Amino acid sequence: MSDAALAARLLALDPVGLGGAVVRARPGPARDAWLQMLRDAMPDDTPFKRLPSGIADERLLGGLDLGATLAMGAPVASAGLLAEADNGVVIAPMAERLPAETAARIALAQDRGEIAAPFGGARSTRFLLILLDESVEYEQVPPVLAERLAIHIDLESGQPDHPELPPIAAPDYVEALCAVADALGVASIRGPLLAAKLAQASARLAGRQAVAEPDVALAVRLVLAPRATRLPPAEAEAQPEPPPQETPPAEADSGESKTEPTLDELTELAIAAARAMLPPGILELQAGRARGREAAGKGAGMLRNSPRSGRRAGVRQGPLRNGARLDLVETLKAAAPWQMLRRREAPERTGILVRRDDFRIKRLVKRAQSTTIFVVDASGSAALARLNEAKGAVELLLAESYVRRDEVALIAFRGETADLLLPPTRSLARAKRALADLPGGGGTPMAAAIEAASLLATGVAAKGRTVTTVLLTDGRANIARAPDLIPSDDADCAARAFRLLGLKAIFIDTSPRPRPEGARLAAAMGARLVALPRADAATLAATVKAT
Amino acid sequence: MRHTYPFSAIVGQEEMKQALLIAAVDGRIGGVMVFGDRGTGKSTAVRALASLLPPIKVVPGCRFSCDPESGEGCPFDCPVAKGRPDLRAVPFVDLPLGATEDRVVGALDLERALATGEKRFEPGLLARAHRGFLYIDEVNLLEDHLVDLLLDVAASGENVVEREGLSLRHPARFILIGSGNPEEGELRPQLLDRFGLSVEVRTPEKLADRVEVVKRRDRFDRDPAAFTADYAAADEAVLKRIDKARKRAGDIAVPDAVLELASRLCQAVGADGLRGELTLMRASRALAALNGKKTVTTAHLAEVAPMALRHRLRRNPLDETGSTPRIARAIAELFPA
Repeated sequence: MSDAALAARLLALDPVGLGGAVVRARPGPARDAWLQMLRDAMPDDTPFKRLPSGIADERLLGGLDLGATLAMGAPVASAGLLAEADNGVVIAPMAERLPAETAARIALAQDRGEIAAPFGGARSTRFLLILLDESVEYEQVPPVLAERLAIHIDLESGQPDHPELPPIAAPDYVEALCAVADALGVASIRGPLLAAKLAQASARLAGRQAVAEPDVALAVRLVLAPRATRLPPAEAEAQPEPPPQETPPAEADSGESKTEPTLDELTELAIAAARAMLPPGILELQAGRARGREAAGKGAGMLRNSPRSGRRAGVRQGPLRNGARLDLVETLKAAAPWQMLRRREAPERTGILVRRDDFRIKRLVKRAQSTTIFVVDASGSAALARLNEAKGAVELLLAESYVRRDEVALIAFRGETADLLLPPTRSLARAKRALADLPGGGGTPMAAAIEAASLLATGVAAKGRTVTTVLLTDGRANIARAPDLIPSDDADCAARAFRLLGLKAIFIDTSPRPRPEGARLAAAMGARLVALPRADAATLAATVKAT
Repeated sequence: MRHTYPFSAIVGQEEMKQALLIAAVDGRIGGVMVFGDRGTGKSTAVRALASLLPPIKVVPGCRFSCDPESGEGCPFDCPVAKGRPDLRAVPFVDLPLGATEDRVVGALDLERALATGEKRFEPGLLARAHRGFLYIDEVNLLEDHLVDLLLDVAASGENVVEREGLSLRHPARFILIGSGNPEEGELRPQLLDRFGLSVEVRTPEKLADRVEVVKRRDRFDRDPAAFTADYAAADEAVLKRIDKARKRAGDIAVPDAVLELASRLCQAVGADGLRGELTLMRASRALAALNGKKTVTTAHLAEVAPMALRHRLRRNPLDETGSTPRIARAIAELFPA
């Protein structure tokens, strides 16, 4: 059976212990097939609820059903989606679009297994959560949820075949899993905990009394390997100092088992399983994404132009949708003149008669929060100084902006590629670490840099933030995106593509004597041109702030 | 019956446990800020402590834990019964990320207003947290206007509501517990300073400890009742320790020499404001009480100094040295060996 199929059956076996799964898959037959497997594995009358990413709180958690309340003249509660999904499954398509606050509420409901009901008391909310991860580039599923879900599977990558291991009772699988988690750099204790639960479920699924080697290997593949932040140490030094371990009793009850593996052997085996899952390139990508994820997903709670929070800027008439906040006083005022009339129409009703048309909604405005993306030319001889100044500027901006909650990101380009060194973040601590050692020198892949900036800027802007891209370069492209292109033409092409996005950009020309190439590129990008031959950190920061 | 993970079953995390106990002994210390990554057991520890504390006496029938001995009376028109006070578990309120101001402060009771046209206040989370804990997970992601509001209430112990034609005030004294990951955004210094103590938690480094954490958690999840029963005696002992320390804390002497040393320490590390010294004094007194001592010693002071001061140091954004080593250095220089 494939790991994905196993995962579906394991989730059905221990929904509360495992919490759920992050399933990386775009809509398509593979995903539908997997969801069908899950449906088949669950009991027949299991509720399956789809969670739209823009769900309003009242619908999620339950609340007063205003429409029904007004019609009835008595409060009517509506159950939230989470309560309706009790003992069932919540499926979140496009989970990367879930706002942080919605994610936080779901996490809390799952942690506690209940939520407060609208009119006192509590409603049970024990559900299996399936996050369908359709993210591209810099998007990410909310880490607060991903962290709590045991299984992380990717339906889009080819599933490698795993040799069937003979079931040999594992002596101390918890220790082995902890050691593997350690070797893979899984910091959160939830990693090994969920892995242990998965191993237990797997043993039960196979009808075994005790957890055995295949269960451990499966737990490593489904739970620990996807959370890895580093490659396990190479074979020679693979043993992570085994704690002294008494030799396990010689015979297990199963006839085919010869000897039980020692803890070391088991750990080694499990690490080997993990390594097989992780071709080096993939891991780098994963680590990068994991880092990117932290940063981008976090701020997400605050970026929406949420109708729920912010400064008050008046009222308007309108429907109570998407968590809009009712302005009660204005609503009652609007209803007041009609009371006599309405009472005559409905003499049996008492209280104030409010109709839908009376609803007044608070209009709230919120200052859009900003992200500044620095794109720094790290090529050639001037690289070192320029990079250091850019680093200084990033830190200065961050130090000043953490009160305003602004974010900063940094892309450096040199040689053949442009790399995202610092995903959008507000954190000075992270920024410092990411910037600690930046390499310099090599060619100038200008087109790749502008393209990387476009991608990141589009992603950030899609979240409702104001983006400013600051390009620091001397403007001489000498590496194109493909070998058969002329570098300067390719750069122009990328620049024009950037302009189409309509996003704000500043082009800082750092060459000693500004040259026409810079000006041309800036114009193509639609960027404001600033010549700062000797840009120092403070001037840079001031320029960005002033723009 | 829901079970909470027992406080005494938490493996390691000594500093966090110590700080929570100290905050529980003296509410005036002003809460604990817990820094750390996800999955380090922050929430578990805080929830465990709340469920372990002795129940409080409340006005019978009151929804909002009003204190019968305060004489303040209930500001909300609860159907208050006469007679013996109710005993109730210490309130523990989670402030969810993205909570609206209405939910936090309280607002007009929509249900009443619509059904009967009556203008009535529906108390918010601040009222619910009165005399208990207000826990804000990921406090560094809280929206600024809520942060300001919380600061104000935490400092004054009173929630003043002036909105939607309502005008009232009610007591809201709670122990603020925050948690957050500094990697995911900085906290404003003003907010940090309001927390009495701060601790940094990490996942246990020793493999054996991690194994033990996983094994205990697994046992708890399988059979919460039996697991909780196993630790009931140990939890009871912690409860007694807190209870005794609360009674004793007022009588504990703080020698002048210790006070002077506290001032010198604050000066040496550059902790802003008097709040540091005050917290240092209260925390070492609470610690002495927890340890069953009658007098505060320099050893107590040295033990609480990192948690009382590390978040108050004026910081230079470009300075790499952490706060904790700076305090350790100052202690080593100032304190007689």
